[in-house]
Amino acid sequence: MIVALLISMLLSASPSPAPQAEEPVDVAGIIFEHIGDDYEWHLWSWGDRHAALHLPVIVHSSTGWHVFSSRKLAHGASYEGLKIAQEDPHKGKIVEVDSGERPFDISITKNVLSLMMSSLLLLIVILCTARWYKKHDVLNEPPTGIAALMEPLVMMVHNMARENIGEEDYRKYSPYLCMAFLFILLNNFLGIVPFFPGGANLTGNIAITLVLALCTFFTVNLTGTKHYYKDIFNPDVPVFLKPIMPVIEVFSALMKPVSLTIRLFANMLAGHIMILCMVCIIFIMAKYGAVLTGSMTVVSVLFGVFLDALECLVAFIQAYVFTMLSSIYIGLARAHGE
Amino acid sequence: MNLVTPDTGLLFWMVVIFGLVFFLLWKFGFPIITEMVDKRNSTIEKSLKDAHEIESRLAGMMAEHAQMLEDARKEQTDILKDAADTRNKMIADAKQQAREEADKILAEARTEIAAEKEAALRDVRREVALLSVSIAEKILRKDLSDDKEQREFIDKMVDETVQSELHS
Repeated sequence: MIVALLISMLLSASPSPAPQAEEPVDVAGIIFEHIGDDYEWHLWSWGDRHAALHLPVIVHSSTGWHVFSSRKLAHGASYEGLKIAQEDPHKGKIVEVDSGERPFDISITKNVLSLMMSSLLLLIVILCTARWYKKHDVLNEPPTGIAALMEPLVMMVHNMARENIGEEDYRKYSPYLCMAFLFILLNNFLGIVPFFPGGANLTGNIAITLVLALCTFFTVNLTGTKHYYKDIFNPDVPVFLKPIMPVIEVFSALMKPVSLTIRLFANMLAGHIMILCMVCIIFIMAKYGAVLTGSMTVVSVLFGVFLDALECLVAFIQAYVFTMLSSIYIGLARAHGE
Repeated sequence: MNLVTPDTGLLFWMVVIFGLVFFLLWKFGFPIITEMVDKRNSTIEKSLKDAHEIESRLAGMMAEHAQMLEDARKEQTDILKDAADTRNKMIADAKQQAREEADKILAEARTEIAAEKEAALRDVRREVALLSVSIAEKILRKDLSDDKEQREFIDKMVDETVQSELHS
């Protein structure tokens, strides 16, 4: 009932133009601003005053290296022959004023800063845990503090690696799987936090998930056994299948990282978009009178809470699924034949 | 299209940062944790196995102990029974012996009494004989003065008496 009401409200409200003269709420703009990358990190707005972190721009354009604060490019201003494009195809990205081309851009963007902070956090947490294990007598003391928190997670991945890769060489791969799992988990959770230092949609960014999936891809294919490669290029199949099978197998090997990339990326992105939609409903409804706004606010807050809880679950599940699939792929590549 | 086009800058930073953090954690992080926990797990496993073994051994010892206790109890019962038997036998023997002794004493006493009685009777008989002789003497003294036949009879009687006197 509530769902039907909500959906009908959402469908009727968002595409139709606002009846008042007021500017309509740009839902797509808000959502894409939140899930996309940016050269500044918007912290909060109070009336007309906006507090934001202006992050450093590092680009190599046709005129050489440029390093400056993104404050110089705020509100469409151009600086040193560079500006932030307001139109497609490079909307929101730094382009050269003259040619409109993208320079080589390794600016510290919102996502990069978030990546740095979460990586630092992960580094500190794991090194502290390792330090705990070095300092304490493991055989006589139960883990306490940070070790008690991290041990179940690390050992869960470690045991998963043992199950999927095999007793022989899972130890080689367990650090990578632990790293991937904790990295994804941490960034998934930080993405749910709506304010600084969370809120960057890092695991919902295809560049991040692509790198992770490529790590798994190279791990699988650079450490594969002879048996694994024989299965790809010369499998035990009837002769008429011999020319087809390698094509299928190579394609399947290439599709594995793609599926890993898209799965994590799309899941996290969808979660963010759903929560943002719930929040946007409140603002869309603002012009339809107090009763409707009030009731829809209650509904969307309830749904928002539900979706946030769901996202927490998805955050864990996606990290787990990525790690498990990686370990299974590695396990397949470590097959020794019968 | 922006969403599904990986951004060069972010790719670059992701490779650098992820690679760096992974390298550091690979060298100094995860292996230490997993090694320690594996070590602890194997120790716990071993301790459990040891505990089980000790438990089973203890159970064996307990059974042995119980068996020993049972044996000891049985032996005790046997010994007590033996002792009781011996005691009863000794008492019975002693009673038997006492009875025999008593019988013997009684028999001796009886013989003695019989002998005494015999002796007493003999004495009485002698006394009676002497008395009767003396009475007879006194009676006969008057009648036996001249008669030869009587004299012979007296002699004979005297002889008989002496004879019987000598015999007894």
